[in-house]
Amino acid sequence: MSPLRRGVAGLALVALLLLSACAAQQGSVVLLPERGGKSTALVVSQGSQQVSLAEPYAAVHLTSGGPQGYRSNAEEVQASFAAALAAQPLPPTQFTLYFVEGKDEFTDASKRTLDGILAAIAERPVPDLLVIGHTDRVGTDAYNDTLSRQRAEVVRNALLARGIAQDKVVAIGRGKREPIVPTADGAAEARNRRVEIQVR
Amino acid sequence: MLAATLTALPALADVGQIKVAKGQVSVDRMGQSLPGQVGMPLQAADVLKTGPDGAVGITMRDNSLLSAGPNSILSLERFEFDPTTSAGRFDAQLQRGTLAIVTGRIAKQSPQSMTVRTPAAVLGVRGTEFVVAVP
Repeated sequence: MSPLRRGVAGLALVALLLLSACAAQQGSVVLLPERGGKSTALVVSQGSQQVSLAEPYAAVHLTSGGPQGYRSNAEEVQASFAAALAAQPLPPTQFTLYFVEGKDEFTDASKRTLDGILAAIAERPVPDLLVIGHTDRVGTDAYNDTLSRQRAEVVRNALLARGIAQDKVVAIGRGKREPIVPTADGAAEARNRRVEIQVR
Repeated sequence: MLAATLTALPALADVGQIKVAKGQVSVDRMGQSLPGQVGMPLQAADVLKTGPDGAVGITMRDNSLLSAGPNSILSLERFEFDPTTSAGRFDAQLQRGTLAIVTGRIAKQSPQSMTVRTPAAVLGVRGTEFVVAVP
């Protein structure tokens, strides 16, 4: 979704300096509303002068007299940045598939997740995928390194079988080093038996 | 063992990839000008240039998205990223043109690890989406 479709927040950033007639324009910076709705901020420095941008559409003109804050808006951003924004790649998405204990078979629920992965791949002209296998903390490092790698390969092979080119998919295993749910060593935990797939 | 696993993967040595290209796009690398095409892997120190009808969109390995409009010059000055910890360093410079940015895992992990420069200013990122223009 375009960030420009979001509403403009009510607060205006106060202009820090009056624009002097001779201040040569050296560019501008506009903070955009963030898709996730999280708080955002940007600090623009010119020499010793700084302006913080903390609200959507807070902006500065860069001038020979230093940064000069102003308030932009969706229309102005569209007028100046339409081509740059239209060229923005799709944001990467991440999926997680879960596995049966001690095996490289994924659970029934995760078989359905595979369809979502294929849809995300189909949306992208040049998809690249990183497939990362993990285990829970039952067993030795050596055992889990192999198992995590096998799980990643199972997912990679499932994607190749559905027509994804093999040079687009990198599969790696991280063993039991990165549990989602922290547990004691030796503990079985379904949420840690997973493969993460990043589609970019 | 993890390091050995990672260095064996050529795809992880690239810093990013061109995902969108319109009109005239070129990449300056080690003194050569290469045509910028969709799917092209990018390296640290690459300089992307767009013509009067050009635009380019790239996805970096930390999931940062950068896209430049026409008549732009964008340098990927420095990019280091550890995919396990998300630690790294990303410095880019817009010398001319327009640029839209969605920051990625490097800025999320450590906001001061990403800066975007213009010839006149330095933008310190605090985890965000923004646009920059340089005449």
